[in-house]
Amino acid sequence: MIYFSQRQIVVPGFVLAEGNYETGRNVYKEGNKFYATVIGLAELKDKIINVIPLRGCYIPSVGDVLIGKVIDIITTAWLVDIRSPWNAILFAKDFFSKPIDIMKEDLRKYLDVGELIVAKIISFDRTKNPVLTAKGRGLGKIEKGTVIEVEPTRVPRIIGKKGSMINMLKKETGCQIHVGQNGRIWISGKNREDEFLVVEAIRKIESEAHTTGLTNRVYSLITKRRVVNGKEKANI
Amino acid sequence: MERKKLISDDGRRLDGRRLDEIRPIKFKIGVLKNADGSAYMELGKTKVIVGVFGPRELHPKHLAVPDKCIIQARYHMAPFSVKERKPPAPTRREIELSKVIREALEPAIFVELFPRTTIEIYAEVIQADGSTRCAAISAASLALADAGIPMRDLVASIAVAKVDGHLVLDVMDEEDKYGSSDMPVAMMPSKNVITLLQMDGMLTYEEFKKSLELAKKGCMEVYMKQKEALESYFKNIKEEK
Repeated sequence: MIYFSQRQIVVPGFVLAEGNYETGRNVYKEGNKFYATVIGLAELKDKIINVIPLRGCYIPSVGDVLIGKVIDIITTAWLVDIRSPWNAILFAKDFFSKPIDIMKEDLRKYLDVGELIVAKIISFDRTKNPVLTAKGRGLGKIEKGTVIEVEPTRVPRIIGKKGSMINMLKKETGCQIHVGQNGRIWISGKNREDEFLVVEAIRKIESEAHTTGLTNRVYSLITKRRVVNGKEKANI
Repeated sequence: MERKKLISDDGRRLDGRRLDEIRPIKFKIGVLKNADGSAYMELGKTKVIVGVFGPRELHPKHLAVPDKCIIQARYHMAPFSVKERKPPAPTRREIELSKVIREALEPAIFVELFPRTTIEIYAEVIQADGSTRCAAISAASLALADAGIPMRDLVASIAVAKVDGHLVLDVMDEEDKYGSSDMPVAMMPSKNVITLLQMDGMLTYEEFKKSLELAKKGCMEVYMKQKEALESYFKNIKEEK
């Protein structure tokens, strides 16, 4: 027995179903009943009940690429804020490609408090804080561009199905866009205007995350802005 | 001088309510920008605002529990919330209510999902007119939902009192002061689990049973309002622009 319609907004404690189903994300079972645990949109797919959250913090998972902010420096490591309940740790050996003499060098010289990095989670199991690495392709310190924050729950929508949304944005604006799983997005383009255009598009995606046909609307927004920018340049 | 009658002969209370009627309720969600989740509640003239942070790292670290997140609640009355200025320092009563609110909300939260962290709940009473702890609990559960913290159910709360020999639902200040008994109840309505049950004064066993039934009915009403507020707030977010 199902008590919700597809993609209905449900609140914590909402009785979703009774009987022979399976629990998906953000759903728990007690007795014979299935309840939602967060505010979100309920979905049923192949007997599995899911609630897509509308709010929530980022929960680390091994292999995620994300954007972190250095908040503290200890002798051989950095403490990094990754917008999750736990701070992450980045050991010096996972940052430098060649070994350096930590006793002689000051880590601050390479990465200071407040600076941003693209990093990957290499271990996390809830008994220990997540550990990051910044060695690898596309990982490392962010030197230029714009970084914005969005709700972590909106990240899948910004990437789109198989990257459809993000690929369209990259192609149309010519910017490099790195979406961190924790809801921080790094945009690096040829000039400021391109970056601002991406920011505007992302804000639109964020506020309309649950509507359909969004990729097309964002596409037309970009082309419209382009025309306006082009005209301004022509006048000058 | 004879004391003012709290219940009129035709069974109406001072503000014209029936015995089992609750005051008008108003909820607002997402009222604070800097908190992870927030809610504001008006229960008649009682006004409470709640902000929630977390789950986040706990300082000092030695308070952390290895297998669950701890909940830190603060109930505080603003100096202007009552007729005579209330000194802003936490009183004995406020410290106790903080504990009571924490314990009323803790069974609803999946604390085991966030080991070694903390969830902070700050309830500020803007205007007090009875049942402030109930309003704080009801608003806090909405703020927790707004913060996206996984919960078993929302927590709804209401108080029942004995006034002039009648059991009345949703106690206001004067009834609380001059009535003979006061019983705040909080529960998870869709699961029928009681998370807070206090009682001041005297009730017979029969009266207690009746009061509890009345409180359950009241909690259900509050719960409906909570659901409605959450759904409409998030529907608006969804449909904006």
